[in-house]
Amino acid sequence: MIDWSFFSWRFLRVWERNLVVYQKIWKVNFITPLFEPLFYIMAFGLGFSGLIGTVGYGGLALSYTAFIAPALVATAVMWNAFFETTYGSFVRMYYQKTFDGMLSTPLSLEEIIIAEIVWSATKAVGAAAVMLLVLGVLGYVRFPLGLLLIPTALLGGLAFGAVGMFFTGIVPTIDMFNLPIFLFVTPMFLFSGTFFPVSNLPSWVQPVALVFPLYHLTELTRCFSLGARETPPVLSILYLLLFSVIFAVLALRAMRRRLIK
Amino acid sequence: MPNVIEVQDLLKRFNGVAAVNGISFSVAKGEFFGLLGPNGAGKTTTIRMLYGFSPPTGGSLKVFGLDIKTHWRPIKSRIGVCHQENTLDPDLTVEQNLHVYARYFSIPKKEAAEHARELLDFFALTHKKDSKVMELSGGMARRLILARALINRPDLLILDEPTTGLDPQSRHQVWDKLATLKATGLTILMTTHYMEEASRLCDRLVIIDHGRILVDGSPTELIARHAASNAVEIEGPDQALRDYVKANHIEHDDLGDRLILYVPEEVELHNTIRDRFCSEKCIFRNSTLEDVFLRMTGRELRE
Repeated sequence: MIDWSFFSWRFLRVWERNLVVYQKIWKVNFITPLFEPLFYIMAFGLGFSGLIGTVGYGGLALSYTAFIAPALVATAVMWNAFFETTYGSFVRMYYQKTFDGMLSTPLSLEEIIIAEIVWSATKAVGAAAVMLLVLGVLGYVRFPLGLLLIPTALLGGLAFGAVGMFFTGIVPTIDMFNLPIFLFVTPMFLFSGTFFPVSNLPSWVQPVALVFPLYHLTELTRCFSLGARETPPVLSILYLLLFSVIFAVLALRAMRRRLIK
Repeated sequence: MPNVIEVQDLLKRFNGVAAVNGISFSVAKGEFFGLLGPNGAGKTTTIRMLYGFSPPTGGSLKVFGLDIKTHWRPIKSRIGVCHQENTLDPDLTVEQNLHVYARYFSIPKKEAAEHARELLDFFALTHKKDSKVMELSGGMARRLILARALINRPDLLILDEPTTGLDPQSRHQVWDKLATLKATGLTILMTTHYMEEASRLCDRLVIIDHGRILVDGSPTELIARHAASNAVEIEGPDQALRDYVKANHIEHDDLGDRLILYVPEEVELHNTIRDRFCSEKCIFRNSTLEDVFLRMTGRELRE
């Protein structure tokens, strides 16, 4: 049963707190999304594209760098949101006792957790915006359609923030994040149509890729950058929405079990 | 006037084990109330229920006349909590800690900034306002936690071992500040291990152990009731002394190599003890709350 008295807009105060901390080191926070796409584009563009020629995707014949550019936004959203609600939130919860301090104010645990998830999505949006700028200048994104990458990053951020928070609710120690990263995030990073089209995989593996939230996020970023797609965007959006809600609920339950004694 | 805190048969079990086993007490407005007990007695569990962190297993708990189960949010917005552990936000500066915390209470930014300035001044932290909290000494960090607990102008201040780990100078400074706050009419509930602290600050206190209240009263009352008013510690007691104590029904604790007598203010009795039994080392002193505490909770080590 859900007790709705635990939910209010007050969660924005915790979000604000994270923003205050972020602003202190915003320059550092912007360096990664600024240079990450450049490194990938350079590495694959200079070193790899000669081996590959063009990639057929959604009826288009794309250069390899044009193919992976939108996926870079999707993976950055994933890493940003997932790292924030795993390592970031775990440190605040366990080592810094920040949540303990917050819990003696009119905030509920639910509001704190929601704020952490929404914050992780916000951070993902920040990274996506910087990357969008870089990729736009390089000509890998079509405008104005490409602006839809911003709400897409928010949605993807919520999904990966929620699943990260769920792991934070259940891991005994911070080292244990290695497991979800190695068994869940890394395979997803490699097999979600990020570096090669899922249609290139043997047909029996393809359905596995369709279960990955990163596949759907990559589909959306590619759709809004290039106007091409494999799966209808509505399905991907619904999938990510459902994924976010399910894992947010699981995260809230896990955190309540963990912290409220 | 209704009591600020009203606790009735409060119960808390962890996996079937009772940490708080049916305690009842009340705290009146303006009172400085102490919750004393050895480690694991249930002090922190009790106050965690009081500030709405931990849901009670049974009994009733009312703060400001409101039930904590249904009115946790209005209750929490009128309470200030000073945790035992350092829960300051290490990602923020000293001043930001107060500003951000004020926002959790939805205090407007301008009002929060003004009040934060006053509090930093009151706790002698103004010169540190831009420091990182990690750079603060133990005493300064504790003062900042206190300042933070007051940012919402609470009607009830909850202190969980406010001076544990502080040097004597810092401890006395915290005591001074707490006495000043009490003088303003603030209701304060405190847990502590330091009997001197409890005697000095508390109007009334309870000693709890194994989740139950053992005694309840003002420090002087409790001393008079449970440790006479004077104590005599006699090292290396002989059989004659033990017989004398027994024959005269003198309250005492026998520690084997030491006998502590709790005796009323009677010159004759004191003289007798001094003349007949003080061949070796003998200490005459006032009884303290520590005597009461050790008598009530025993001398065995905890944990």
